Amino acid sequence: MPTITRRTYLALSALAPVAAGLLARESRSEDISSRDVIRNRYFPNLVLMTHEGRQVRFYDDLIKDKIVTINFMYTQCEDGRCPVTTANLVRVQKLLGSRVGRDIFMYSFTLAPEHDTPTVLKRYAKAYGVGPGWTFVTGSPRDMEVLRRKLGFVWANPVRDAKRSSHTGNLRYGNEPLQLWSACPAMAKPEWIAESISWVDWPKTTAAKPG
Amino acid sequence: MHLLKHQWSRLARTAWANRQEIIKAGLGRRDLFKMGLLTSAGYLVAKRGLSTRAAYADDDDNVCSSPPTRAFYDLLPTPRDGTMKIQTPTTLTPTPTAAPNTAAGEGRKITHQAFTQFAPQKFYAVTQRAGYVSVSPDLPLQTLWGFAIGTPTENKPIDVPGPVYVAHYGEPILVRNFNQLPAQDKNGGFGLPSVSTHLHNGHTPSESDGNPCDFFERGYFYDQHYPNVLAGVLSDHQAPPGVDPATGGDINEAMSTLWYHDHRVDFTSQNVYKGLAGFYLLFNDHDTSDENTGFHLPSFPAYDIPMMFADKCFDSSGKLFFDLFNLDGILGDKFTVNGKIQPVLHVSPRRYRFRWLDAGPSRFYQFFLTDLTNLSAHNLFWQISSDGNLLPKPIRVESVRLSVAERADVIIDFAPFAGKTLYLENRLKQDDGRGPTDHEIRSAGQGNLVLKIIVDGPTVADHSQDPATITKFYDLPSTAVTPRVKRTFVFSDSGGGWQINERFFACNDIRFTVQENSVEQWTLINDGGEWEHPIHIHFEEFQTLSINGRAPATSPLVQTGRKDVLRLEADASATLFFRFRDFTGKYPMHCHNTIHEDHAMMLRFDIAPIGDTRQSP
Ligand SMILES: [Cu+2]
Repeated sequence: MPTITRRTYLALSALAPVAAGLLARESRSEDISSRDVIRNRYFPNLVLMTHEGRQVRFYDDLIKDKIVTINFMYTQCEDGRCPVTTANLVRVQKLLGSRVGRDIFMYSFTLAPEHDTPTVLKRYAKAYGVGPGWTFVTGSPRDMEVLRRKLGFVWANPVRDAKRSSHTGNLRYGNEPLQLWSACPAMAKPEWIAESISWVDWPKTTAAKPG
Repeated sequence: MHLLKHQWSRLARTAWANRQEIIKAGLGRRDLFKMGLLTSAGYLVAKRGLSTRAAYADDDDNVCSSPPTRAFYDLLPTPRDGTMKIQTPTTLTPTPTAAPNTAAGEGRKITHQAFTQFAPQKFYAVTQRAGYVSVSPDLPLQTLWGFAIGTPTENKPIDVPGPVYVAHYGEPILVRNFNQLPAQDKNGGFGLPSVSTHLHNGHTPSESDGNPCDFFERGYFYDQHYPNVLAGVLSDHQAPPGVDPATGGDINEAMSTLWYHDHRVDFTSQNVYKGLAGFYLLFNDHDTSDENTGFHLPSFPAYDIPMMFADKCFDSSGKLFFDLFNLDGILGDKFTVNGKIQPVLHVSPRRYRFRWLDAGPSRFYQFFLTDLTNLSAHNLFWQISSDGNLLPKPIRVESVRLSVAERADVIIDFAPFAGKTLYLENRLKQDDGRGPTDHEIRSAGQGNLVLKIIVDGPTVADHSQDPATITKFYDLPSTAVTPRVKRTFVFSDSGGGWQINERFFACNDIRFTVQENSVEQWTLINDGGEWEHPIHIHFEEFQTLSINGRAPATSPLVQTGRKDVLRLEADASATLFFRFRDFTGKYPMHCHNTIHEDHAMMLRFDIAPIGDTRQSP
């Protein structure tokens, strides 16, 4: 084999398991559940802090068994989008009523954890009239960055991706146990966001007719 | 914006350096393949440190890196071989009714508007459900969602792609579409068991169109009435020459290759990726399916082969993987044709009609015919349609570009290639879901080999007409008519969703109303340098008056014919001509990069007896 440097060698050796892939087909152990696939891929169980100063695990405490909405924000948003987005989501929270905090949970993750401490986030939430069941979350800068990337608040354009404000416009919504996930613009009409969340709601108890 | 797009991160530079080093080290294809570095299609495995695309990702799981699969092992499923099924008529119980049969479990909410006028003559049943499907001998069976011929109780296996509908102008049909998809928590990780099957781009009344908001739930059925009529059939509007007084409608607007796919609002990308799509072929007295009659196009199904292209990603366990949280658009590293990864097709040395369809979710293709033993050859063929409409006449091309939902029917003469092997090769470079990268065309043999074509079939008679001698299919209808209204639509990103005229989609938000039997002129503007948007307008095809102020291109980027998808390039604009006729109700316009579509780059317009004149609705 022709010579190559250590740098390339490392990149190559990371691929060794791929070559064995063809043989592994038969013996592959079935079934890590698709729910676990989603959890492993998107929901790292990071230790985070809420605006109420509570220490939580991302998957165990915030996501598992729940219907959730997820957006990213920061309190000192330069372009003015975060405040209107937060205000819009407050209207969504009102529409969802008492279910928020019961089986629907709203989360806003800060993009500026070095500034947005639990105290700062608490003040922010209070200023906007955020009700119970909607949690603002911070953590170590590294963990918050991991979370942003895992949850796909990422743009292919690296320059765009490096701008905090480019990640504040979208709202993920989903139902963790039912494995239903989609997204909508965080500035969509509150009624539309509430309707969208209804699509990942628990199945209606009224039985559908057989075909 | 253009410059920014190409700024490299440190990792990207490292990846580039590594690749240069591989080239300098003189590692051959065999070496690379053995090391698992080269995929069987002949391109580098996407890995951090090697691929610039992978380098942008924080970790490997943000990049599609499917397990290796053998190329050119499975045969391409075709209607010819019976491996792609053709839908067969049946008798429906209870008998279909104009009003929704709610008591019997119909999920439709709107009465058929043309049910008696175009009474269905044939009836079909189809059941959407989950089933096991093989996409490659090297991957486990996939649990996909597909369409099974027949009712739920017939319990037939699903087909992915779904069965082919063979329809004829003048023969209205009705499809009873059952939703028997699995319960929400049995979706295998993605997909919503709530559906609306759109017939793209049928001249279909709104309530049967498969509108994104007319979804119906599992356990229910939905009767879809397809009149199979020519546009203009109910219209006395400026009856152009070519209108047949006996049957009505404008023959110059006849369509050929349609397809159906799920269109469930917010979940279209997941549901189509999971398998809910198929072909719908429409024939008439000219495009007859028999090469001895009409336009003498190669006979269906022996020499007329539909091909659905869809790129997919598989996780490390070999299961189909959908990136739930991606807004740019999704690319796979496995290329399927009619549901198989890199299949093989055997043909005879004669002319064939291939019907190419890009089923998405986000990839653009530019297909060439490649002879790997003669890479400098320019293998020409004929493009005869753009989307669902035949072109005025065949155009000789070396390649065809397709964005999501675009179709192209082509005629390839394999007689000069008897005994040889050719590859259908996508040479268009695309690094992420935003669109093709600078429209860069790879050199021959360096693209994605998606289909192997072996010209080893017996020599058989060819009664099809040489496209070089075809001087006319149809005339383009005149556009020398003053539009009732000119409207402008700006497609942009909002940093978290996709917009049209700075608004997001909502089902009950009627953005404007088109007056029935009127002409409109729409200008579509892509207000962004980063994304390319394939824009689809339901119900009526358009004719492109100009792109960026100039006449639309012919070969190889044919945009001159009637079309239903407009490839709106970055920072580009296009002005389109429409005639809206015959039926009323709601229809959407949307980006067909299904990721953009699901995240609000869509609008609703209505067609009604009285329209409005909103110019930037
Ligand atoms: Cu788009």
